[in-house]
Amino acid sequence: MFPAAFDYIAPGALDEVLSLLGQHGDDAKVLAGGQSLIPLLKLRFAAPVIVIDIGRVDGLEGIRRENGHVRIGARTRHRDVEGATDLRGTLDVLLDAAPLISDPLIRNMGTVGGSICHADPAGDWGAVMLAVGAEFVLKSAGGERVLPAAGFFQGPFTTGLQSNEVMTEIRIPVGTGKSGGTYLKLERKVGDFASVAAAVHIVLGGDGRVASAGIGLCAVGAHSIKATAAEAALVGQEPTDDVIAAAARLAGEAAEPKADIRGSAEYKRDVARVFVQRGLHTAVKRAQGAAA
Amino acid sequence: MKVTFEINGAEKSVDVEPRTLVVDLIRTKLGMTGTHIGCDTSNCGACTVLLDGRPVKSCTLLAPMLEGKKVTTVEGLAKGGKLDSIQVGFHEEHGLQCGFCTPGMMLVGKALIEANPHPTEDEIRWGISGNICRCTGYMNIVKAIQHAAAANATENTAGVA
Repeated sequence: MFPAAFDYIAPGALDEVLSLLGQHGDDAKVLAGGQSLIPLLKLRFAAPVIVIDIGRVDGLEGIRRENGHVRIGARTRHRDVEGATDLRGTLDVLLDAAPLISDPLIRNMGTVGGSICHADPAGDWGAVMLAVGAEFVLKSAGGERVLPAAGFFQGPFTTGLQSNEVMTEIRIPVGTGKSGGTYLKLERKVGDFASVAAAVHIVLGGDGRVASAGIGLCAVGAHSIKATAAEAALVGQEPTDDVIAAAARLAGEAAEPKADIRGSAEYKRDVARVFVQRGLHTAVKRAQGAAA
Repeated sequence: MKVTFEINGAEKSVDVEPRTLVVDLIRTKLGMTGTHIGCDTSNCGACTVLLDGRPVKSCTLLAPMLEGKKVTTVEGLAKGGKLDSIQVGFHEEHGLQCGFCTPGMMLVGKALIEANPHPTEDEIRWGISGNICRCTGYMNIVKAIQHAAAANATENTAGVA
């Protein structure tokens, strides 16, 4: 298999990328690590007129803490999140999710921003970003927008990103409270897409009650799902077994799975419930053990 | 378009269509057929090459992405007629049956022990999880990588008083 013919350009500066996107719009596709785009090109599900490779633009990679946020350059590779062990205790869910994305070779090339913008309903980062309340920095020739992860994922491979925009950064707010989280993924074999996965991230207040809760579900709907009712059921509560079980039931109800080769709808919904329940227990334990 | 990169230590400048996949460039244009095409869908790892020292799937890379980079294929492992320790490991431990996955397995194994000179069996199994062997030879592949890691460790301490 090989892609349909396209023009290729690898600008050295972001301004040039933005100008080209403004000029070509829907005829253009942005290439970062290529681990989602190139398979689509080969299958000819995508046949852009021009491919704009952002691989030579400086300043799009790296993870840093700044102004109460963890900021992840959009072209940061999955493997670099996997290796960012200083996020342990702050953003456990990222560290738990990264090694479960595809396989080591794909993680060497694939990028966080690319995966988010590709918006596969079974992509792992979508659920994680919903759980941690991330914001996405989108740039165009006209300026910059910052969109919250909630609402960004609109359908299969469909997001709030406009055709003249490129994602440059992911910003994750990190407070001073005790936080904990995790990512649970059911896959048929190592490296497969999720049959079901759940991302959980909570912050405990000084009184031991849940100050904030984020729950993202993967592969159980047309896009990554934020389980808002389950989150609301946790906030302000002591994280007891009963409170967690009730929240997990609400998360299961938020799932909209379809039956396929990976399982029936009922099965997937129940896996989502069980994963959220287990994930919340782990998150609470980690938050209780974490330094303030 | 022109793409200039280094492959197995030699600089190459080739004229390619932008849609050319790296695996096809290596096999057809450069005539190095040690890099295999297995699934052609980024699942099997038969097409593994090292890109700036890290294993990647060359069926899922476009030729222009190589500009200015360093590529290592299985042909680049032996130096001056001397097998690399990873090749010796696969030989000694019988780490192959049909051999189709072997170039990819060796490159992944080499990168793995360069990053982590003393990997546990679990780390090796995670490390090769993007490469499929259909002869079910994983036991000996793991042993082959362990053999190479041990040989490297011995070599690195040789001469140290």
